[in-house]
Amino acid sequence: MSSTSNQPKKNNFLAGTANYVDERLGVAGVLKEFGRKIFPDHWSFMLGEVALYSFLVLLLSGTFLTFFFDPSMTEVVYDGVYAPLKGAHMSIAYASSLDITFEVRGGLLMRQVHHWSALLFVAAAGLHMLRVFFTGAFRKPREMNWVVGFVLFVLGMGAGFTGYSLPDDLLSGNGLRIIDGMIKGIPFIGTWISSFLFGGEFPGTSIVPRLYSLHIMLIPALILVFLAIHLVMLVVHKHTHYSGAGKKDTNIVGYPLMPVYVAKAGGFFFIVFGVIMLISSFFTINPIWNYGGYDPSPVSAGTQPDWYIGWLDGALRLAPTGMEFMIGDFTVSMNILLPLAVSLIFLALVAVYPFIENWITGDKREHHVLDRPRNAPVRTAIGAAGVMFYAILWAGASTDLIATQFKMSLNQVLTAMQISLIVLPIVSFMVTKRICLSLQRKDREVAIHGRETGRIVRLPHGEYIEVHEPLNEYELYKLVDYKDYQPTLARPNAAGKITVRARIRASLSKFYFKDRVSPATQSEIEEARHHAEEIEQEVQKAIESAK
Amino acid sequence: MSEQSKEVERSQNAGLAVIKPDAVRDPGIEPHRVRMTDKSPKHAKSAARQVALLFTLSMFGSAFALWTYFAFPINEDLNTVRQNTLFLGVGITLGLLGIGIGAIHWAKTLMPDHEVAEDRHLLASPEDKRAAAIEIINLANQESGFTRRKLIRRTLYGALALFPLPGLIIFGDLGPNPGNSLRHTIWKKGTRLARDPYGTPIKASDVTIGSVYHVVPEGLVPGTEHYLEEKAKAAVLLVRVEPDKLIETEERKSWSYQGIVAYSKICTHVGCPVALYEQHTHHLLCPCHQSTFDLVDGCKVVFGPAARPLPQLPIYVDEEGYLRAQSDFNEPVGPSFWDRSVKS
Repeated sequence: MSSTSNQPKKNNFLAGTANYVDERLGVAGVLKEFGRKIFPDHWSFMLGEVALYSFLVLLLSGTFLTFFFDPSMTEVVYDGVYAPLKGAHMSIAYASSLDITFEVRGGLLMRQVHHWSALLFVAAAGLHMLRVFFTGAFRKPREMNWVVGFVLFVLGMGAGFTGYSLPDDLLSGNGLRIIDGMIKGIPFIGTWISSFLFGGEFPGTSIVPRLYSLHIMLIPALILVFLAIHLVMLVVHKHTHYSGAGKKDTNIVGYPLMPVYVAKAGGFFFIVFGVIMLISSFFTINPIWNYGGYDPSPVSAGTQPDWYIGWLDGALRLAPTGMEFMIGDFTVSMNILLPLAVSLIFLALVAVYPFIENWITGDKREHHVLDRPRNAPVRTAIGAAGVMFYAILWAGASTDLIATQFKMSLNQVLTAMQISLIVLPIVSFMVTKRICLSLQRKDREVAIHGRETGRIVRLPHGEYIEVHEPLNEYELYKLVDYKDYQPTLARPNAAGKITVRARIRASLSKFYFKDRVSPATQSEIEEARHHAEEIEQEVQKAIESAK
Repeated sequence: MSEQSKEVERSQNAGLAVIKPDAVRDPGIEPHRVRMTDKSPKHAKSAARQVALLFTLSMFGSAFALWTYFAFPINEDLNTVRQNTLFLGVGITLGLLGIGIGAIHWAKTLMPDHEVAEDRHLLASPEDKRAAAIEIINLANQESGFTRRKLIRRTLYGALALFPLPGLIIFGDLGPNPGNSLRHTIWKKGTRLARDPYGTPIKASDVTIGSVYHVVPEGLVPGTEHYLEEKAKAAVLLVRVEPDKLIETEERKSWSYQGIVAYSKICTHVGCPVALYEQHTHHLLCPCHQSTFDLVDGCKVVFGPAARPLPQLPIYVDEEGYLRAQSDFNEPVGPSFWDRSVKS
């Protein structure tokens, strides 16, 4: 070692490395900026993390699979180790999927890891979306990030569907057949799109290689880009936190990134990965060897798509009979276009919801404290209605299984679903809104009068009362800290005219905020405390006089 | 209310929000609850041991996974695949969960759990920065003459609008013009009906009442060119019912043979194979979306999202007793498309 360096000579590898990196990249500043950044703690914040980590697992397991999978649709005669299919004609894609399963050590495990983490990815992303919706985390300044997250969810479904179709087995081929049928139903250009997608007639020999390009290149690249935007916005906005003592729109309360969050989030990645691995070691998913290669003629009863496509399939099933009609010589397949339109409108409403709510409340402030769902009754009720709508469509994809499992008539199950699709969202809207308002009233009562103690006292004049114990200030604050809005009237604009826009906004604000429970105020609470003290004195007096 | 939050109230519209002057006072962050590991070195030490044990367990799991890779090879016996998957998976699981649970246990018991507050700042840039940004945009506009030079600007818009078009058109060879391909199948006059997938021809006498045959045109066997494309259109279901039960139009009386009828198997909804036949109701059911067709009544839709009856294949019996097609289907099979009824 030369002694020319003026650096204090330390036999410390870590310090040396840090010095080396910083002199070349200047990362010390980055670490100073972000190293102690605060992250709030709540279990529901892990849902997005689960989605993120499942995506990383998807990248890892997917890369492994690409080394063995061959997407060609050229026909071969199977000559692998799986005896029941020996001699069967199939595509190379299907044969190589069988080879991964039966001839590569860990191949079946990785296929199952890939499939399970795909299911988990979409599920976690969906739950994360619901968390963001029900807590109002999409409000200013996070509206754009909601849209980015929405795009990620749709991309996730796209990645799932393209991947599901790759093994070219009987089930996935039938899935593609359905897509083909739907596309052909599109007016004017349907048959052209179908021909372009499949490279000629269905099924052709192009679709699997094309889906493969999308599945391993374009869609993951888009997901990565949107994920990066999603996370950069998260850092820019800083995370939201739940309402509670000390938590404000102007601060962020939680634990520092280093070391607590590095350990927790880093550890959580391994837990998510580990749980996926555990499920994949024990539970078979998509046993393609049982289905056989794609053949347009056979199909088994009770076929089901992967869960996240179920709602679209359900929409197809629930279309009433006889919706197709003719305009002159042209066929309009409303039995396909209607479910398609309903699904797209549903998705569009999800994407634009933050902007609608913001327009109604007109609240242009930044919101960093999350709502408890009960404190935004109409939003929560709309969410519940949306979840119900989705759930019915989803259950609609299993009408046949419901009918056979519960020994019911298929026709009646379907009719019940069709009615439920309209009625149940409305019912769940009303019920949820009432539950929220009741919970708010209960909160208000507890905030003002305190907690019931179960201590019953009989006063000298014979009245029985239950003694209430006031909340401590931290518990109290949790119950009263929320945003309260009131409906507005349609007001004339500068020209003295009441516009249609203003009228719509006024009636929507009435719909949102007509029924409202405002948070308990300091004076209300003090008044109640004062009253409670009087009673307490009376109680004490009674006890003494009894002695 | 802090100075900053007052500033927010002033600068940004609260809309319909109700601002309460006597809102309950914020008591500040709840005091920290002391954990056992904070106050008892014994507990801290045992927590540290647990974390180390979990990390050790992880090492053991990973080593086990390495061992299983060689100890459980896979061969012709499918049981070996199961074992390989199971033991390899369990080893990797231990390797992962040991790290994950250990790290979180470490964070929860031994790292500080004091909640800390940090200020947020308004995301909008301060006025002076905004003014500077606007100035830069104006300067750039002035220097380039973007607003001033209309001709340049408009031709640029035009160029930008047109340049992606070649990028779209080169996708034109993704697929051919669908043309008449959807209107025809390989059925033609005299094609024998054959069993799917064996390809053996069917005699009318083989078809007993109530039996169902999955049928392809003779000669369409695995390995032939465009096998799947042709089969996706030509698959047929053959059923024999009591002849007097058939409700047939005058035109179609000659399409069946002594109660034997042949219908396209491709659903008119979105194209799944209508593979389920219920004998006592004579209904055909599509397992994908439950469209149901009445076989004895021209395969009319009795239930489900499909709109049109399944197309019927006219058949006859030759001198040797084999079933043959009289012609191709007289309408396009499978899912509806926009111009399916347009005569071409």
